[in-house]
Amino acid sequence: MNPIIEMRDIQKHFGSVIALAGVSVDVFAGECHCLLGDNGAGKSTFIKTMSGVHKPTAGEILFEGQPMNFANPRDAMDAGIATVHQHLAMIPLMSVSRNFFMGNEPVRKTLGIPFFDHEQANDVTMEEMRKMGINLRGPDQAVGTLSGGERQTVAIARAVYFGAKILILDEPTSALGVRQTANVLATIDKVRKQGIGVVFITHNVRHAMAVGDRFTVLNRGKTLGTAKRGEIKHEELQDMMAGGQEMVQLEGSLGGTV
Amino acid sequence: MSETQPTAAMADERIKQRSRLREAMIRPELGGIVGTIAVFTFFMLFAFDSGMFNSQGIMNWSQVSAQFMIIAVGACLLMIAGEFDLSVGSMIGFAGMMIAIFSVTLGWPVWMSILITFAICIALGAVNGFIVIRTGLPSFIVTLAFLFILRGFTIYFPQTIERKTIIGGIKDVAEGDWLAPVFGGKLFPGLFNWFGEIGIVDTFERGTRAGQPVVDGLPMLIVWALLLVVFGHVLLTKTRFGNWIYAAGGDAEAARNSGVPVARVKILMFMFTAFCATVFATCQVMEFGSAGADRGLLKEFEAIIAVVIGGALLTGGYGSVIGAALGALIFGVVQQGLFFAGVESSLFRVFLGVILLGAVILNTYIRRIITGEK
Ligand SMILES: Nc1ncnc2c1ncn2[C@@H]1O[C@H](COP(=O)(O)OP(=O)(O)OP(=O)(O)O)[C@@H](O)[C@H]1O
Ligand SMILES: [Mg+2]
Repeated sequence: MNPIIEMRDIQKHFGSVIALAGVSVDVFAGECHCLLGDNGAGKSTFIKTMSGVHKPTAGEILFEGQPMNFANPRDAMDAGIATVHQHLAMIPLMSVSRNFFMGNEPVRKTLGIPFFDHEQANDVTMEEMRKMGINLRGPDQAVGTLSGGERQTVAIARAVYFGAKILILDEPTSALGVRQTANVLATIDKVRKQGIGVVFITHNVRHAMAVGDRFTVLNRGKTLGTAKRGEIKHEELQDMMAGGQEMVQLEGSLGGTV
Repeated sequence: MSETQPTAAMADERIKQRSRLREAMIRPELGGIVGTIAVFTFFMLFAFDSGMFNSQGIMNWSQVSAQFMIIAVGACLLMIAGEFDLSVGSMIGFAGMMIAIFSVTLGWPVWMSILITFAICIALGAVNGFIVIRTGLPSFIVTLAFLFILRGFTIYFPQTIERKTIIGGIKDVAEGDWLAPVFGGKLFPGLFNWFGEIGIVDTFERGTRAGQPVVDGLPMLIVWALLLVVFGHVLLTKTRFGNWIYAAGGDAEAARNSGVPVARVKILMFMFTAFCATVFATCQVMEFGSAGADRGLLKEFEAIIAVVIGGALLTGGYGSVIGAALGALIFGVVQQGLFFAGVESSLFRVFLGVILLGAVILNTYIRRIITGEK
């Protein structure tokens, strides 16, 4: 089986800052590929090159075997790459259904003029949110009135609904409580079983271990390697993320609680 | 999830049942609606016999309100898209002056002068938008620069060409032109004649026009205002482009990441604002028969105030065209009403300030309920 997307030796420089110094990652259908790494490791920057937000300074992107050059997020989305950004691509002042269809509004023609089909948008939104286990007060409820986990779920539901082949989630669990985290992890599992390739970014090794099939650790803009599920232990991942030995020392001083 | 429970059991115990009335009240335009009712009640009580509510009086404040509405629609959509245009007032002066120079000084046909002026002004709107997008500077600053630049040209051109700051004689050159009546004409003269006959509208009792109705048609200014309000409202609430306007102003980066062409949306809204300013200017020039270098002064602020009274958020992403139209109506009625009521005209500002404050406080409260904003 070939990967859906293959990122080869991606580099990204912001002026004099080298955010990515050659990162290679591939994602297969139906797997959950976890990206781990400390703050500033370059995880968000990396997935932004995958979703068309940033153009890589160097490197190659193969999508379903074909070289790809995303000019903007729209291109990546049209190819089937949906992204839930770390700072959610959700607008709090707008209603759930307006957010759900933002950039993909359904239209219905009346007198030849394409109007926003609010009825369909509202129905679909309510239905999709119900499937995710969230009961909205109404489709016109503003996103600003939802909790963090609920917003996260709207974003995921939206990506899945629009037929993503790759779903990228940038730290979807970092701001969530226990139960909401469990919900998001369950959603990831559900999405993966539909044959979608999931890229799951997190700091939390336990969350990664819960759903991940493969794990790639980034450190200071470089890949430290990719491991399959079962080939690597929780502690090893933890060490790699912190860049090796410091973690061992830290762990010692904290009495093994990290 | 497949283990869905029956809906009755799913009704969330943490959602309070809210009454229909409350539900209907909680809307962005509430401030504008309450303000409109308050203003009309006030003048009905204190100025009913002043002539403010006979046909001429109504036509008077309707026309003033319509002027405000035309620029408020543009300002409203632009503000929701997250930007300001402070050059609206100068653009009004500039557009009027261009029409006068082209048609009177250069002797071009009026229709051509109008069309070329529209093209120039819309292009200037696009330049405004383009600079804002390209530089990332606040539109407040960029359009402030244009406020001065355009006003400067509006004074400079007539002074160097004609040695004066007012150019008249437009009524004469507009005689028989096919496009001029679209801005300066009146609709349904027959209907208003009939209104005069049956007594809905007063008629002149003496003079050359004896027997004719004092209001002899619906001014195109008002028609433009209504058309623009309907257009703006439908565009904003019923089309996908409207969703992009909200999104661009709500969070430009989130919108861009979702595939909304934010730059295009914002530039188009700057162009639309310029279009509205030019409509305003053309109607005014056709009505007065002249263009003056000081026309449109401070109009940008009046438009923004009307929009804010109407419930829009200054920082973008939220607002209503209907609200803005009501804001413009309040503005017009108060301005003319105080005149009818014989109140010292300086009190207009006091009145306006009080309404502005009241409406904005109410709007903020409503918006927090709707959006969960802190
Ligand atoms: N637009 C930008 N301009 C300049 N530098 C940037 C830009 N975006 C990211 N960087 C830099 O690139 C590096 C990687 O940032 P990135 O956001 O990818 O980290 P991250 O791994 O997602 O971290 P976190 O876990 O905190 O989200 C950082 O040093 C950051 O300062
Ligand atoms: Mg990040």
